[in-house]
Amino acid sequence: MGLRGSTAIVGTFDTAVGKIPDRSATALCVEAALGAVRDAGLELSDIDGLVTCNSMAQPYMYHAEAIAEYLGIRPRYCATAAAGGGATFTVLYQAALAIDAGICDTVVIAMADSLRTGLSREAAMIMQSSSGHPQYETPYGATVPGYYALIAQAYLHAYGARTEHFAAVAVSGRRHACLNPAAEMQKPITLQDVLDSRLIADPLRLLDCSLVSDGGAAVVLTRADRVAHRPHKPVYLLGAGEGRGHEHISQAASLVHSSARESGERAYAMARLGPADVDFAQVYDCFTPVVLIEMEDLGLCAAGEAGDFFLRGDGGPGGRLPINTHGGLLSHSHPGNPGSMFALTESVRQLRGGQGARQVQDADIGLVHAQGGILSSHCTVILGTEAAL
Amino acid sequence: MSQTKPLPPVDAQSRSYWEACNQGRLVLQQCAACGHVQHYHRILCTHCGTGRLTEVDASGKGSVRSFTVIRRAVSSAFDADVPYVVALVELAEGPTMMSNLVESPLENIRIGAPVELTFERRSDAINIPQFRVQAPRRA
Repeated sequence: MGLRGSTAIVGTFDTAVGKIPDRSATALCVEAALGAVRDAGLELSDIDGLVTCNSMAQPYMYHAEAIAEYLGIRPRYCATAAAGGGATFTVLYQAALAIDAGICDTVVIAMADSLRTGLSREAAMIMQSSSGHPQYETPYGATVPGYYALIAQAYLHAYGARTEHFAAVAVSGRRHACLNPAAEMQKPITLQDVLDSRLIADPLRLLDCSLVSDGGAAVVLTRADRVAHRPHKPVYLLGAGEGRGHEHISQAASLVHSSARESGERAYAMARLGPADVDFAQVYDCFTPVVLIEMEDLGLCAAGEAGDFFLRGDGGPGGRLPINTHGGLLSHSHPGNPGSMFALTESVRQLRGGQGARQVQDADIGLVHAQGGILSSHCTVILGTEAAL
Repeated sequence: MSQTKPLPPVDAQSRSYWEACNQGRLVLQQCAACGHVQHYHRILCTHCGTGRLTEVDASGKGSVRSFTVIRRAVSSAFDADVPYVVALVELAEGPTMMSNLVESPLENIRIGAPVELTFERRSDAINIPQFRVQAPRRA
């Protein structure tokens, strides 16, 4: 029957986010893992697979093994994602494959970092520099916002779009965050607030850029035949797909389309679903224009029309297709590599239901998409309730 | 503490590229089998996969594919340059490369603007290829 519906998420946990100076990155990762196991009604002894991502504040050569050692478990399946963004869902996809292949039964995926309080300014700058090609990009002095600004400028030019279209993404995310007490940013913003914030790398302004945070989150993924008697409704993995074009933005075939097209098509095909079936989506929002490109490449909006979608409020709370219902990287938190884990745990909560003012009505199918590098590595995952099987 | 601007970590495959830059020439690779032109130097042609690559001089002409004005420097080494322009330049020969646009008034910089090659000397061995926007013709 393939991977569709063969695994399900039965536990989730988010740590506090923002400035968390009293927890090391390692302790945040362990806290997230323990919380998710507890949420699933399981014991650590039930866990035979562990996936983490490396931390920039507290790196280990074998990160997942270090966390397993800390927890005192001896997993059969153990893997560390080297980087963030798209890799977060890639490891979820791979964990599902490992379970489906019978290599292990129950995997904890736990990721955390302390970018806000655990990195010196110099270390943060070195991290930014490392995202460019060392010979053909880094010597030119671009920042991470600068690399993404090259995409933003190209998008404005290709579609005659306006910076209001970018600002509308930030406003939409903030509206969701204001309904989520766990989100870092709780104060409403307007289009004008975004357009008046200071320029970082033209045309991107401060409020077009995601946060820098401490925090972590985890999920428990298990085989579908083991979901009975768990405390919460299982959330099934219906589809997953990946796509890759380049690593360095100067080698990108297109600046306004991405490999989200391929990752989305592959995920929809596995799920036997299409964009019209999705009740909400969490779309990687490291910078506002990235959301527009991903929405279009995932078939959630036509090319060049995602900006108007957000200006109309269609992605906001109660909108036609709520986007980033927890507040996203722009307004919930962005601890770096673990950033999109919060999009995953939020999707599980939405599909369980009972999320109060921010609950998406009758949500049975959710899409989560993340990318990493500079619009480089994409992974799309489609999740659903039992009704969607 | 004042930093110095980063130098490219030159390797065996890129040495001839950086040596040409040091002499004030920008070079590309051209495939002897299929004619494809590529930037940066590799041991295979990304179009046909063969390894019969020759080195050709770029004309130094191109146009702006995209650009940004960096308002917050990546490190203190670039503080004095703020605001500075990072761009993707589409070379006349086809490939795109990252670069800086220098000696160019910001109001003249737009996508599609024609550019010409210049260099910034960063060390005895390293000359960084950059571009300047050609002044717009008066109507």
